[in-house]
Amino acid sequence: MNRELTCIVCPMGCRLTVELNGKEVVSVSGNTCKRGEDYARSECTNPVRVITTTVRTKSGKILPVKTDKPVPKELMTECMRLINNLCPDCDGEIAMGKIICENILNTGANIIAAGK
Amino acid sequence: MRNVDLVIIGGGPAGMCAAVSAYNAGAKDILVIERDSDLGGILRQCIHNGFGLHRFKEELTGPEYAYKCETELKKFPIDVWCNTIVTDISKDKIVTAMSSERGVEKIQAKAIILAMGCRERPRGALNIPGTRPAGIFSAGTAQKYVNMMGYMPGKNVVILGSGDIGLIMARRMTLEGAKVHAVCEVMPYSGGLARNIEQCLNDFDIPLYLSHTVTDIHGSDRIEAVTVSQVDEKMQPIKGTEMYIECDTLLLSVGLIPENELSKSAGLTLDSITRGCRVDQNRQTEIEGVFACGNVLHVHDLADFVSEEGEVAGESAAKYILGKANTEKCNINVSTDGKVRYSVPQKITDTTVDIKLYYRVSGVFDNVMVVAEADGEIIAKQKKAKVVPGEMQYIVIKKDTLKKDTKELKIRIDKA
Repeated sequence: MNRELTCIVCPMGCRLTVELNGKEVVSVSGNTCKRGEDYARSECTNPVRVITTTVRTKSGKILPVKTDKPVPKELMTECMRLINNLCPDCDGEIAMGKIICENILNTGANIIAAGK
Repeated sequence: MRNVDLVIIGGGPAGMCAAVSAYNAGAKDILVIERDSDLGGILRQCIHNGFGLHRFKEELTGPEYAYKCETELKKFPIDVWCNTIVTDISKDKIVTAMSSERGVEKIQAKAIILAMGCRERPRGALNIPGTRPAGIFSAGTAQKYVNMMGYMPGKNVVILGSGDIGLIMARRMTLEGAKVHAVCEVMPYSGGLARNIEQCLNDFDIPLYLSHTVTDIHGSDRIEAVTVSQVDEKMQPIKGTEMYIECDTLLLSVGLIPENELSKSAGLTLDSITRGCRVDQNRQTEIEGVFACGNVLHVHDLADFVSEEGEVAGESAAKYILGKANTEKCNINVSTDGKVRYSVPQKITDTTVDIKLYYRVSGVFDNVMVVAEADGEIIAKQKKAKVVPGEMQYIVIKKDTLKKDTKELKIRIDKA
């Protein structure tokens, strides 16, 4: 069985064809770099995404945040619910890169500040 | 009147990168004027990731990308005025700036870099029939509300236009709990990147209706619904295809227009296709010493290319100020065949440097050869498996392949 994917690793958006034997990836074609193959393998076995969103700090400032690595796609909604309840105290400093929440939902990913 | 060597108008990625590059190329008296309260431009509200893959070799959010540019800029003694709006530029490079801190001030510049970015096309430019209720926003306005001010414009959303901002906002609104019922695109293809169709729509099962547009808006105080119709190849609505979609919010992502009011006040004429100034390979406009870069020149897909163009303009402006600009000029017009919609630069004045010629196509073409022809002689070509309007391309014109007396460089698309 073949599965068609659009690679989301970079703006090129390569059309990937993944040859599958059940759930096992046999081959990947259509990619122009190694990252495309990695993406296809991950997408067919354990699809993951980086979440980017915002939190409201103690003083009411809106701070952009992101997961510092991709999290399983099916956990995105649950992650968003947790993130929206965060209220970090990082006013009056440059927050960029600061960990706001460690190891969210045991994914191994931290929520970090992705803005000032 | 204050005198400044280089005035840069706009503190987004184009302006910031132009400032650093100008400084490194020898211009030391530089002033960046920014209308907003902080540097960064529109990147500040683009909290999604995907920025900087070319430039920084990592995937950054918009604010992270802006922060990197700003950190670089702050290493140098470059003046920055925020909360300051430029109201006029004259032909002889007098910049009029206004702020609550300094009032109205005139600055005589030796060189100016235009880096004002672009604006979204508003509803008024679309002629959508129907009422005028609340709840209709440009996608970028909604983005600012959600990402910078922290409030949601609505809960049930329809998006008209499938440009990248529309797609990004479809995901953003969904993550924040809204239901996006449809993204409608009048063209038979999306104007956004393929990756954004995948990760912003397909990930959340948001339907994309190609060759569809909004043909009616319902509601008196607040928008209550839209009528969406399929269009034929002449983009006329087809009777009988109407869908009535209830919503409380309509987002418009229907194109960006370079913001060139100031360029016009300086007497510069605009390219009818890019709606930006016409420039040479140094990004110098028709007025010597006035340069343009980034989205004010032509709308880019990637901030990386905006930065790169800022650097070209910055270095060129520094050379101009220091009297190091190449004066042995030629005048080669760059033309396109229609399938190639436009090129930047539009003019080449130096044949002794490699030139990265950016272009955008007018439709989706498979298996093509992009050919650069100088007065009938092919000097560069590149094979492309697929070119689409949403993705800017470039072809390199090697130095010394053009002759000083070349009249025209034509960029066209052939079957491969």
